[in-house]
Amino acid sequence: MKTTHLLGAAAVAAFAAGTASAGTLDDVKAAGELKCGVSTGLVGFAAPDANGVWAGFDVSVCRAIAAAVLGDSDAVKFVPTTGKTRFTALASGEVDVLARNTTWTFSRDVDLGFEFVGVNYYDGQGFMVPTELGVTSAKDLDGATVCIQTGTTTELNLADYFRANKISYEPVPIETNAEAQQKYLSNACDVYTTDASGLAATRATFEDPDAHMLLPEIVSKEPLGPLVRHGDNQWGDIVRWTLNALITAEELGVTKANASELANSSNNPEVKRLLGTEGDLGAMLGLEAGWAAAAIGVAGNYAEIFEANIGESTAIGLARGLNAQWTDGGLIYSPPFR
Amino acid sequence: MSKNPIAFVADGQIPASPPPSNAVGPVKWMKDNLFSGAVNSILTIMALFVVFALAYEILPWLINSSWFPEEMSLKGCRAEAEGACFAVLVERRWQFVFGFYPPELYWRPTLAFILLIVALAPVLVERAPRQLLALTAVYPLIGFLLIWGGSIWGPLAIIAGLVIGGLIIAKGGNTFKAVVGEAFGPLVSVLTGIFFITLWMMLAVSPLETAIHSAIPIGLQEIQSDKLGGFMLSLIIGFVGIAASLPIGIALALGRQSDLMIVKAISVGFIEAIRGVPLITLLFVASVLLNYFLPPGTTFDIILRVCIMVTLFSAAYMAEVIRGGIAGLPKGQYEAADAMGLTYGQSMRLIILPQALKISIPNIVSSFIGLFKDTTLVIIIGLLDPLGLISTTRADAAWNGIVWELYGFVALFFFVFCYSMSKYSQYLERKLATDHR
Repeated sequence: MKTTHLLGAAAVAAFAAGTASAGTLDDVKAAGELKCGVSTGLVGFAAPDANGVWAGFDVSVCRAIAAAVLGDSDAVKFVPTTGKTRFTALASGEVDVLARNTTWTFSRDVDLGFEFVGVNYYDGQGFMVPTELGVTSAKDLDGATVCIQTGTTTELNLADYFRANKISYEPVPIETNAEAQQKYLSNACDVYTTDASGLAATRATFEDPDAHMLLPEIVSKEPLGPLVRHGDNQWGDIVRWTLNALITAEELGVTKANASELANSSNNPEVKRLLGTEGDLGAMLGLEAGWAAAAIGVAGNYAEIFEANIGESTAIGLARGLNAQWTDGGLIYSPPFR
Repeated sequence: MSKNPIAFVADGQIPASPPPSNAVGPVKWMKDNLFSGAVNSILTIMALFVVFALAYEILPWLINSSWFPEEMSLKGCRAEAEGACFAVLVERRWQFVFGFYPPELYWRPTLAFILLIVALAPVLVERAPRQLLALTAVYPLIGFLLIWGGSIWGPLAIIAGLVIGGLIIAKGGNTFKAVVGEAFGPLVSVLTGIFFITLWMMLAVSPLETAIHSAIPIGLQEIQSDKLGGFMLSLIIGFVGIAASLPIGIALALGRQSDLMIVKAISVGFIEAIRGVPLITLLFVASVLLNYFLPPGTTFDIILRVCIMVTLFSAAYMAEVIRGGIAGLPKGQYEAADAMGLTYGQSMRLIILPQALKISIPNIVSSFIGLFKDTTLVIIIGLLDPLGLISTTRADAAWNGIVWELYGFVALFFFVFCYSMSKYSQYLERKLATDHR
């Protein structure tokens, strides 16, 4: 009984110490590097190249935050996290921010004690089928065998969707995307279902991509975005507004190339506020005045990052779709910099 | 030489005729080994069919392979050849060996690996010069220094602490006898020595390192653990686990057999607790749970944590393997040792353990091989071992879609190491075979 109390007290003390420690911003500045949790490898979103330099859509968010806070986009320590370790890594302080294609859900936000600061990619679960199957809608998939990753939300979404449409299917459980590709290509299953971005990336690797098609139905909402721990609102604000700065930059036409020029020459006061030549938004965050300009200077604005990593000019070839600016009919929308 | 007078008696040996063609050469061999009966013939034909079918599938794939396509990507491979795309291995070879280690410092892990072989030689091979054992003793610190870098004074401070502690244990007995009496002298000196070493490690090493380093800075550039990966990481975890788990395992096995109640209880408790938990659970504890309990800001290296957990896990299994060997000895051996008047330490060292370990060799090596392969489980906690690097490589848009080449390469690496271990154990068994043949 006594030992239990002691252990419990120690645990409480440890947790209390964890939350009462200096703000994450101070820790990051003291360490001189941002610890950023990323995926252990997801095409277009996070992967190291042959020299071990990380690149990708999620990685760019990390680099932008590092540039905003420390002024150096290379001052990032990338911590590869798996689906199982990502949340504990963030909660225990092993990483300062998690930018790892993580779906924003109620329970993760509320119950796990995290704060999703925004959405950098709106994804959704889709279906891929061979063209020769002659299927044009997911509703035609009655009786199909479906390759599905076990233990994911996609599994539950699939069950919900088929039950709601009163059609039957036979699941083929798989563990990883690599396994799914093999199974699907060897016709062990008729349909492969996962996030539409993942399907597009997978399809792009096939020898004959045209022999496969994505069905029009998107059966779930998967808003992916960076997240931080609950309780350190200043740090949460920094990450949130760095992401918003990238989005606003696209909306205002600020790019990597013209940012330094616009900072002085622009007539638009919001551009000047964003780039730190007017107002004191940076100081409100506890950062330099040019924080957002530094973040944009790494890889450009949201559109530039999108195009370079997952856009239509890349092998993955994703269209902007839902991820277009709100002015173009998409969902990407940043509150104003004022 | 005179002719035999009797004409019909042969005067010499008739030269031997060659054996009939079906009793010699390849025909005979095939008849004996491949077609010695109906069942065996059928099995042979089936096996041949399987071998040819595999070769028919694999050989064209291997031969039509692409190593240096113009565009270093899967697309480039496909444009050049039908079969395997080994260009990915060409491009990523150093990453698979060293992880993200800075290329200009590749000589350091390489040197550490060469020194490891030299340091292992006196342990593994009888003919190697005994003087090398000195290198073996300090190798852990040399290897650490080479791979992680940092100040040279840290390892030296650790050595100093161990030497002083060792002296207290070895020589302190007489001094303490005067204070606490004849019976407790040795015990007190051992306890004081251990206490000293523990205190030294916890309190003295890092201040000493900082102090001396600021005065005389000698050292190597420091490398963070997140730069380590690939085969290097597997080898580090594997070798640390193997080297540390054998002595701990022996101690636990003896502890479990001990008559001392507390020692026995601790050993049994440890072995059963660790064996009752999957390795993955321990890795999760190392990766995430420890972070909650350590004070914030402490950096307790993740690879060190993993090495400790793997060692503890393996030591528990090793203890049971060795206990099996000890239990396999006839009771007469113990009684003989007692009758000779040997102390417990002497009888274990000279009589019991040499025989018990010899019996256990196949199982010990099996454990080692299992441990080495288990190092790939660290992928679950996000360390980039060879399997982890496969997933990051496949996440590169240029190489996404490659499977067999990468996994085959890693499988080959593990096969080479595990098969060598197995061969070595066979050599050891033959060398030590002294009995009952």
